[in-house]
Amino acid sequence: MRIVRARQISQLFFFLLFLWFCVVASAGERWWQLRGWPVDWLLQLDPLVALGTVLTTRALYAGLLWALLTVVLTILLGRFFCSWVCPFGTLHHFVGFLGSRKKTLAKKAATNRYHGAQSVKYVLLVFLLGAAAGELLADLPGLSPGRSWPGWVLFVLALLVVLFLALRNVASKKARTLCWILVWVAVWILVAWAFADHSLVGASLQTGLLDPIPLIHRSVNLVILPIVDGVTHQLAVGQRHTQGAWLIGAVFLTAVLLNLSTPRFYCRFVCPLGALLGVLGRYALWRVGKNQSECSQCARCEAACEGACEPSKKIRISECVLCMNCLDACHEDLMGYGTTPSESGEEVSPDLSRRGFMVSLLSGVAAVPVTRLGGALGTNWSPMLIRPPGALMEEDFLKRCIKCGQCMRICPTNIIHPACFQAGLEGLWTPMLNFRVGTSGCQYNCVACGHVCPTAAIRPITVNEKQGKNDFAQAGPIRLGTAFVDRGRCLPWAMDKPCIVCQENCPVSPKAIFTREHFSPVREDPFLVESVHGMKVTLQGRHLRPGVVATGDYFCRVITQEENGRWKILENTKSVLVLSPDPTQKALLEPGNNLEIERRLKQPHVDLRRCIGCGICEHECPVSGRRAIRVTAENESRSEAHRLLLS
Amino acid sequence: MIPSSEKRSMTRREFLIRSAKAGACVAAATGLGLSLYDSKAPQGSQGKKTLVTLPDFSVAGRVGQMSIVTGEDRVKTVQRALKTLGGIEAFVRPGDRVVVKVNAAFATPPILSATANPELVAEVARLCFRAGASSVTVTDNPINDPASCFTLTGIAQAVRSAGAQMVMPREGSFKPTTLKGGALIKDWPLFYTPLEAADRLIGIAPIKDHHRSGASMTMKNWYGLLGGRRNLFHQDIHNIIKELSMMVSPTLVILDGTWTMMTNGPTGGSLADLKQTNTMIVSTDQVAADAFGATLLGKTVSDLPYIGKAQAEGVGRSDYESIKPFRDHVG
Repeated sequence: MRIVRARQISQLFFFLLFLWFCVVASAGERWWQLRGWPVDWLLQLDPLVALGTVLTTRALYAGLLWALLTVVLTILLGRFFCSWVCPFGTLHHFVGFLGSRKKTLAKKAATNRYHGAQSVKYVLLVFLLGAAAGELLADLPGLSPGRSWPGWVLFVLALLVVLFLALRNVASKKARTLCWILVWVAVWILVAWAFADHSLVGASLQTGLLDPIPLIHRSVNLVILPIVDGVTHQLAVGQRHTQGAWLIGAVFLTAVLLNLSTPRFYCRFVCPLGALLGVLGRYALWRVGKNQSECSQCARCEAACEGACEPSKKIRISECVLCMNCLDACHEDLMGYGTTPSESGEEVSPDLSRRGFMVSLLSGVAAVPVTRLGGALGTNWSPMLIRPPGALMEEDFLKRCIKCGQCMRICPTNIIHPACFQAGLEGLWTPMLNFRVGTSGCQYNCVACGHVCPTAAIRPITVNEKQGKNDFAQAGPIRLGTAFVDRGRCLPWAMDKPCIVCQENCPVSPKAIFTREHFSPVREDPFLVESVHGMKVTLQGRHLRPGVVATGDYFCRVITQEENGRWKILENTKSVLVLSPDPTQKALLEPGNNLEIERRLKQPHVDLRRCIGCGICEHECPVSGRRAIRVTAENESRSEAHRLLLS
Repeated sequence: MIPSSEKRSMTRREFLIRSAKAGACVAAATGLGLSLYDSKAPQGSQGKKTLVTLPDFSVAGRVGQMSIVTGEDRVKTVQRALKTLGGIEAFVRPGDRVVVKVNAAFATPPILSATANPELVAEVARLCFRAGASSVTVTDNPINDPASCFTLTGIAQAVRSAGAQMVMPREGSFKPTTLKGGALIKDWPLFYTPLEAADRLIGIAPIKDHHRSGASMTMKNWYGLLGGRRNLFHQDIHNIIKELSMMVSPTLVILDGTWTMMTNGPTGGSLADLKQTNTMIVSTDQVAADAFGATLLGKTVSDLPYIGKAQAEGVGRSDYESIKPFRDHVG
């Protein structure tokens, strides 16, 4: 079997596996639903997810250890992931193939020529890692001996990575290079010392914006699946929605369609994961190359090249995606994948200048405080931002969330949505709850989102912890926020209409929503009693619509100085009211009494000590536009600073 | 062929070097990955913080002393009041680092008496220096903008003229504290850094009407040592004032009743809100001082439940006559 065929089978396998994981990432009991399928596996294999979270949190969370496998294989083999595993790469590969089918060999060779802009992906990688590593880099003075050894290890690692990436061609200018290292380390120490404990210095994990694995999960989960679902088979019960899907869709579509002009455009110019793998593959033991420098220069290999790595010339190892097309295309059988370097030479390092490296690193580090100047993590926090149950406090959340959308896909009620700008620029596409879309609020017995989160930005909590039961009775339930009644919109409060749908739907026991009774006089003038026969009262000169006050919510009382009780109205005709006999009533109605008809209302109140902010009340509220009861993030458990109650 | 065999050995050497490098990378990545491996999700609680506790600033053997001096001139009345208690030297020893917690809550001019009087603050600072204090630090975590508060109240100017230093709250100045035996002050940010290295603490507060608690005097003045969203405590105002009085054991409290804010407190805003009551109280017992101060507002101890609560916790005596306050007048 040709190696290219093997690659295609691998690509097809991983692509179908990816699609399968997307399909089964739905809560349910059917075999094609989430029943232990490792739906996060591809995200866990992604070294950029692992490296990003290690830089921000100084720990490698659970399943992310899988990334080590990719890292080790990449160090030994090169960028195999791009052409053999990555589902986004497979998509680009295929669309690129479609786009260049009818192109001539020369045209293909021209589009697959190396382009200087391919270094942009390294700039993006360093920028994103800079944003993630800012806190670590600034923590240098805080790393006193004896304190947090992972911090020290990472600090040294960060230093090594900086040197490794920044200093190419070290051998040629040793003295100068050493000077530069010393200068930069000195500047670093000075800057870190000056900014120690600065409140705006922080770590922000933004790799998920462009990291292809989260990107394709997000795009397929939140845009493609909701659209194609139901065409042949119905997966979800109803139409699933995604707030702000247009932006995710537009990014995805752009990335895919760009392949029509340049194959693997995203992989070559944008992909920060590809850039990372390119750096990691620097010492790869096996690499693609020519086994003799002379060849007929037929450019067949160039025309077939996926990575634009110039296999016929001085091959660029960091750009080679191991598509193996050149091995297949070469009629002279000169291309091979082996341990000897290419006879026509090779370029192992990424094409990124030291200046480019420093500028993108420093921009990345600086971008975080600049973004946070708005104060969104402090006093200017957004109460509209309601995070899923188990979400870490915002600062820690932003260190972990990779915007993959797994929580949004798994949410059975479809209330977790990607934030557009509600969570600030940093929080783009991070999960937030929207209680208007979807089928209910956050289900009382559901903890699905935290269990699919690959990075524990949403902790995997138990139902007991969520509800504050058993071991968690002391801590109390997890509150997402608090429901507030908008008395200007609520039917019983503002429109004299009985309702209390919110109270009925409140899932906690005792209910967080309770009601207080209120009798509200109807708008009409008082009614004059003409005659009384038993419990039948005839009104003088009035025309009521039959049954209009016979709903069971209407009462009448005599307008007098003192409070003398009410009669419930059982029936009414045009001018006759039938009242319910009330043994507690002492006085009886008499002709000449002025009657006031009142509506009995139960007005909802929220008991803040019990409300968990699940949003079911908001979802159910019949004021369907801007709801009359709405949850905002005040009193959410994850933040001590957003506390609302003393006890 | 010699050249090619040379080349081959060259590539073999290169390959070995490369293998070594790749091996080192694999080892480093594996070692790092395994050592940083964390199978557990982070906890929901925001980590264990180291709690701080305020030291006891009171002077031994001086419990339950109070002096009430009438007169219009604050400088004279405070001097006399201190003298009757044995002089400032009885409370401030040479080399002591003194912190003066003033009430600088609002950015209003001193004439409105919503904040500690600057002349009084300056005089206390001077007296401390005279007694040999190595440093005097005047501080508060005000309600209005701190810089504006210290400037407009005249306190900043007064502090400078007395040679003392002023400390304004910064983000890093707060450390979490938990009051032993308290129910409200739990893991709550305390304005700690100015007090961290202090030997003595003096509170200076005016007497003011306060709508929620009834009166703002020396015990309520400690509210300004809290950080965070402290106005949550208005949900239980009397207990928080009680807990504040339990949390802070001052060297002295100085309650300035030269002008008392009778209405529209605690901001005031008009001279019509003030009444000239010409009284200066200096005390080692904050409960007694506030209990007496209440009388200048025309209130009784029962109007101010926090006084009784603080007494029940053993903070001081609300029956101020029982501690036999010194009384005097300077004209």
